[in-house]
Amino acid sequence: MTTSAPALATPRAERTAETAAPADRRGTTAESARRSLPVDLQAVGRRFGERTVLRDVDVALHPGEVVAVLGASGCGKSTLLRAVGGLDAGHDGQVLIDGAPVKPFDERTAVGFQEPRLLPWRSIRRNVALGMPRGVSRAAGRERVDELLRLVGLAERAELRPREISGGMAQRASLARALARRPGVLLLDEPFGALDALTRLKMQDLLLDVHAQTGTTVLLVTHDVDEALQLADRILLLGADPAEDADDAPEGATVSRLLEVPGERPRDRASAELATLRGELLAGLGVDAHEH
Amino acid sequence: MAETTREQNQECAPARIRRVPGGRVALGAIVPLVLLLVWWLVTDILGLFSSVQLPAPQEVVAAGVELHERGELGQHVAISVQRVLLGFGIGAVLGLAVGSLLGLSRIADTLLQPTIGAFRAVPSLAWVPLLILWMGIYEDSKVTLIAIGAFFPVFTAVYSALRHVDPQLVEAGRAFGLHGVRLLTTVQLPAVVPSVFSGLRLALAQAWLFLVAAELIASSMGLGFVLTDSQNTGRTDRLLLAIILLAVIGKITDALLGLVERRALTTWA
Repeated sequence: MTTSAPALATPRAERTAETAAPADRRGTTAESARRSLPVDLQAVGRRFGERTVLRDVDVALHPGEVVAVLGASGCGKSTLLRAVGGLDAGHDGQVLIDGAPVKPFDERTAVGFQEPRLLPWRSIRRNVALGMPRGVSRAAGRERVDELLRLVGLAERAELRPREISGGMAQRASLARALARRPGVLLLDEPFGALDALTRLKMQDLLLDVHAQTGTTVLLVTHDVDEALQLADRILLLGADPAEDADDAPEGATVSRLLEVPGERPRDRASAELATLRGELLAGLGVDAHEH
Repeated sequence: MAETTREQNQECAPARIRRVPGGRVALGAIVPLVLLLVWWLVTDILGLFSSVQLPAPQEVVAAGVELHERGELGQHVAISVQRVLLGFGIGAVLGLAVGSLLGLSRIADTLLQPTIGAFRAVPSLAWVPLLILWMGIYEDSKVTLIAIGAFFPVFTAVYSALRHVDPQLVEAGRAFGLHGVRLLTTVQLPAVVPSVFSGLRLALAQAWLFLVAAELIASSMGLGFVLTDSQNTGRTDRLLLAIILLAVIGKITDALLGLVERRALTTWA
């Protein structure tokens, strides 16, 4: 791994240049080419026994893009994310990352779970180090972990145990651990869902910072419409297919809508354009927008 | 922001006594000393019992001194401690190994669990005649019996703890590239350290129990032998001496294991 370049501080322009021609550069600078990868979902579905949860999901994620997955509770949002991360081998269809099928626990991806899932007997530093890929020298690994701890603002707490820090800090440690391997695709499964409203807003800003610096492709599962509007380039709404007849549509959620969110981030949370989208998305989730 | 640490809440003695060095030990010694006092009162002072029924404390001490002067006391204690440590060591290591195997491998679990469960259901003393028949009445059969006694608590603790390791942590470990031995040593074993230690402490108590059982049945040395021998010769003073020694040595070994447990828990839990 090339640790000489401060990879976290790569400017946007350079990143797009790299991702425009990933194939030529992979041989020499495999590490930088991995940083943002395209994901192609082809007819992805998932059945649990007789029950179909998810079916016929066709979506292509562009390298470096943030895509939020919205959907009602239990509609297969997490299932979709797990398929992309290679955490679940039981899905139908194909998931291609950078043109190659996803492998079990694919190392081109990294997952930030809904719970921090830190090892309680390890310090924050050693928990973050767990995310480092194998074969990195001790010195380089330590430098990288320090860099990540600074990025998520935990440098001062590095030697504490998970139970000695707050939930928000634990989630930041979890994010740092996911970033350690410089994933081409960052998969976040409602990472801020269990946090209080204020901490959640701070974490959203942190995620935008991280994304600006690493340029990784992000697939973000959330149930929070505002979070999706604030963070995503595009929003994938899972649910019923509007083209199908609601009465004899097959069981299971599929792509209900895939829409672009207008405007550069960070977005004005009060913008009228977003308010319209918000109403549409809530309606798509089966919620009457006037009550909110 | 920081949540309270658990370490401080473990000791239940009042805070003021905890600050005095040895304060807990002193508190814990109160009841044994009162018992000793009562024992002395009802025997030596009030004379409620004959010395065959219940000899006075000083008679027990005298019996100990006498045995010691004949050079037998040290031998009895040493051989008993040796049997317990050997049997406990062998049983605990096997319990850890078999418990890990069945706890981690679904195939091994399906294949072996019913058999081991059936063996566990056999009251361990039922093995004694068979062990004596197979191994004779010497050390092998005693150490084996103690090992059987120590095996099951450790096995059960490791096995059930490994089956209940937080699946989310295991999945996180896998998601970050851990598998096989690395996953075992990084996530699964550290997660079960607390349960392993409670299994070990139970196993140590079992080891002492089985020591006495083994020595009562067939032996020419050891604290269990002192018990049967004293019963046959009507030496209640020696009998009490053996019981008190078992209590004291058993408590010391448990306390030593407790110290190791504490260190392990601050590292792993």
